[in-house]
Amino acid sequence: MTTIERPAYRVIGTRPIRPDGVEKVTGKALYGADVRLPGMIHGKILRSPHAHARILRIDTSDAEKAPGVLAVVTHADLPAAADRVEELGESAVNVKEVSENILASEKVLYRGHAVAAVAATSPHLAEEALKLIRVEYEILPPVLDVLDAMREDAPLLDDTRRTRTLMTGELSEKPSNVASYNRFQAGDVEAAFAEADVVVEREFRTKMVHQGYIEPQNSTANWNADGTLTIWTSTQGAFAVRNLVAEVLKKPIAQVKVVPMEIGGGFGGKLPIYLDPVAALLSKKSGRPVKIVMSRTEVFEGTGPTSGTVIRVKAAAKGDRLTAVQASLFYEAGAFPGSSVGAGSMTMLAPYNVENFVIDAYDVVVNKPKTAAYRAPGAPAAAFAIESIIDELARRQDVDPLVFRKVNSARKGTRMVNGIAFPRIGHEECVEAALNSDHYRSPIEGPYRGRGVASGYWFNGGMQSSVVVAVNTDGTVNLIEGSTDIGGTRASLAMQLAETLGIPYESIRPSVVDTDSIGHNDVTGGSRTTFATGMAVYEAGMAVRREMVARAAKLWGLPEDDVEYTDGIIRSKKDGRQLTFKELAAQSARTGGPITGKASLVARGVGGAYGTHIVDVEVDPETGKVTILRYTAVQDVGTAIHPSYVEGQIQGGVVQGIGWALNEEYVFDEQGRMVNSSFLDYRMPTALDVPMIDTILVEVPNPGHPYGVRGVGEVPIVPPLAAIANAIYDATGHRFTELPMSPRRIVEALNGLA
Amino acid sequence: MQAFDYARPGSLAEALSLASNGRRVLFLAGGTDVIIQLREGRRSCDLLIDLKRIPELTALTEHPDGSLEIGAAVPLAEVYENPAVRSRFPALVDAASLIGGIAIQSRASLGGNLCNASPAADSSPALMVLGADLRIAGPSGERTLPVASFFLGPGRNALQPGEVLISIRVPALPANAAAFYHRFIPRNEMDIAVASSGAFLALDPGGRIADARVALGAVAPTPILVPAARDALLGRLPDADAFAAAGQAAYDAASPIDDMRGSAAQRRHLARVLTVRALENALRRIRAAN
Repeated sequence: MTTIERPAYRVIGTRPIRPDGVEKVTGKALYGADVRLPGMIHGKILRSPHAHARILRIDTSDAEKAPGVLAVVTHADLPAAADRVEELGESAVNVKEVSENILASEKVLYRGHAVAAVAATSPHLAEEALKLIRVEYEILPPVLDVLDAMREDAPLLDDTRRTRTLMTGELSEKPSNVASYNRFQAGDVEAAFAEADVVVEREFRTKMVHQGYIEPQNSTANWNADGTLTIWTSTQGAFAVRNLVAEVLKKPIAQVKVVPMEIGGGFGGKLPIYLDPVAALLSKKSGRPVKIVMSRTEVFEGTGPTSGTVIRVKAAAKGDRLTAVQASLFYEAGAFPGSSVGAGSMTMLAPYNVENFVIDAYDVVVNKPKTAAYRAPGAPAAAFAIESIIDELARRQDVDPLVFRKVNSARKGTRMVNGIAFPRIGHEECVEAALNSDHYRSPIEGPYRGRGVASGYWFNGGMQSSVVVAVNTDGTVNLIEGSTDIGGTRASLAMQLAETLGIPYESIRPSVVDTDSIGHNDVTGGSRTTFATGMAVYEAGMAVRREMVARAAKLWGLPEDDVEYTDGIIRSKKDGRQLTFKELAAQSARTGGPITGKASLVARGVGGAYGTHIVDVEVDPETGKVTILRYTAVQDVGTAIHPSYVEGQIQGGVVQGIGWALNEEYVFDEQGRMVNSSFLDYRMPTALDVPMIDTILVEVPNPGHPYGVRGVGEVPIVPPLAAIANAIYDATGHRFTELPMSPRRIVEALNGLA
Repeated sequence: MQAFDYARPGSLAEALSLASNGRRVLFLAGGTDVIIQLREGRRSCDLLIDLKRIPELTALTEHPDGSLEIGAAVPLAEVYENPAVRSRFPALVDAASLIGGIAIQSRASLGGNLCNASPAADSSPALMVLGADLRIAGPSGERTLPVASFFLGPGRNALQPGEVLISIRVPALPANAAAFYHRFIPRNEMDIAVASSGAFLALDPGGRIADARVALGAVAPTPILVPAARDALLGRLPDADAFAAAGQAAYDAASPIDDMRGSAAQRRHLARVLTVRALENALRRIRAAN
């Protein structure tokens, strides 16, 4: 660990056991699929077999009469939705489109698009009843490729959609599959290209890939006779589910209660809602609690993967300087607008100080599932393109690729492409740590072995959090929070509270509660929870400290200014009288009642994060298989609250990046049917496919957070695609510009088979 | 998943009578393929007959002539943990230990893997190069079929309605002989062969190739033997040139398709690469034994 400017902490930086650990390793933790309620029945979804079709008629009469069936719903059961945008944190959604995506009305826009749902007394009977629903389709030609979708003569997914130019707000005259266009620019790229020593121009392509969380989406809904609705679900944001369900079903927010179950992974994919309103409607119609659990195929076909992309980059260097970048990014949004191209275009150049650039970004609808957030959404594909190009520029200029990155690094004051100056950031420190690492100083030798490096950036998020801290009379503390814990945040929040209160971590019991039991919390997304909910925890902790100072002052008959709170001891500045946290907690009843602290806030001062990765590979030229020999991920983590979970986040991000780089892809046939919708054929890495991922934590504290926290979960997936491509180039002399760099693609390229 | 009946006969005769009662029947050994197929609606039946209580199907026997008889329902883990298999038929260990993970291997059987008749099944090329025969029982008695004649197409085998695969009989290897099986998968686990190759080599006292067999998986509608590879090897020294010639024969014999698991060009190329490497490994086994 490289520590820069770090204060001495008592709890922060240690590695205690996570509060949810024992329940999880003993199999007792309750997930959505574990929900069982009296009278509960099972729902199944009928999905479109076509990628693009008009729904002419849906006849559910036979299904309604099938054995065990208690309810059938279609889009006709949903209230008409408002055409307005709801912010979800890392993504924003149009409520009408959410409603259309949950159950299609007039058109199906991708294979797997939900059309109807059945609830029956067993999941098998529900599945059999689906076969009795007759849907008449008028099949339309599908649009599957982002560049094809942009052609003048392309079939339109929505013939009322016009291209919005984001700089001006203007709408195109003609309808188009291009939902939006945006441009960032500065300087004079043409002049810089003309003066450059070297100009490199390439086109990169990435395929749609899925987050691949182990736990499929699920939802159990109970619509009570009084109209109140309770939903048990796996989500990154119980409050987002509540608000969206209320919006889609036109219910007052207070009538909807969402109980977040433990979550088996999300990575951004569990921000949207799919099943919750359907289960709710089935429950309303049947009068029973209804549970729906997706199959893996439904997860692949019916939820949101991340965009496939085409990215064109032209870039120039003069000496060891990156002088100009011109880039066009084309991202598939899927069936409805809202790809991650905005983030791709804004993160692409974030590691560098480049004066001349033009970046064009296109958000394009295609007949594929509506994309959702996936870990640093938009950034990995953009980094794949630019970091491959930078590798090439450095090689052409005979400059070490890390030195090139260091020379051109962004630092405090460098302007992002949108013109905003960076606060204190740590890219340069990451590159420096990579240069000094044992890995980079060790030679890589042998035929078909190579080394690659790449950097990456992610903004991280702030947003809204609420927490309550309740002090018990024995000195233990309940921390009540509403942020889904995906990556160990119960631990990282309890640790920040322990640090703030000066009490042992073990004295604090954190709980993630339902939406009736705490104020609003935005989603766990944007790597925000340890940062933003951590800030709320700090403020609630400070409120407890102030209260305890007031209680002691009252006990001792002193003005509050004469009492101080240090390391869990409340002390009189006048005469040295003191009480421990525990002793004062025991006196709460006679000093004014229960001691609590609370905080609700919008977290400002978000600190962006950088990573620089080094990877060694070996390529089997006869089979095209790539073996990852060694991997080191360097990352500026601000302050590592719980270093093990920080390392775990980095390792997990790298592994997902390795999968994306080497094997993962949605494979569609010409009709737009996904043909590899299982974990057998959608090839995520297994434990046998990756080596130990070494991490180097660089700590450049975020000045915007009391403990210097930066989000850590997302940036580690940004550099791997390019780092591995650069390593494969080093090993084989072949530059791969299309993902995945699967054995097939490599063996065909190296042996001239294609 | 539709409802079906389940029966667990205790004898072969009872199984055969259940299998010929006119209902649509499927057999369950380990169930690792058939249950998934039933659940996903890719197969259906009125009656599922569990074969795991039938003595002939669950025995693993070494015969006095050195041959090995493996009951069709013997779990893979029992096959590859068997000392005789490990010492004398390592190519079976190659194949049996590749099919599924540990949990699957404790249920799945060689017989099931053969009867499922996937062109990519790992046991098929290994048993083909080992020259295995299949014992089949049916309403009109018992018959024997070389494993190489068992596969008719993807998911289709030579069993007639009412017939049951009893066992797989693997003959003893001659002296100075060994076999090897491997496959190519993009990952290191949890995958289906993009292409696979099994090779058997027997050397004469002079060190020349006295007998050879090469079989390929996932490059044709069924696993295939490559007779031209044998022709290219017989009588030659087991050197790089001979192996390259066999690799070329494998390349020529492959007639693969393009699908999401691999391209035709990639598979044909792999047929060559895997065959050369399988022969090298078989030779290594012969040399290690001497």
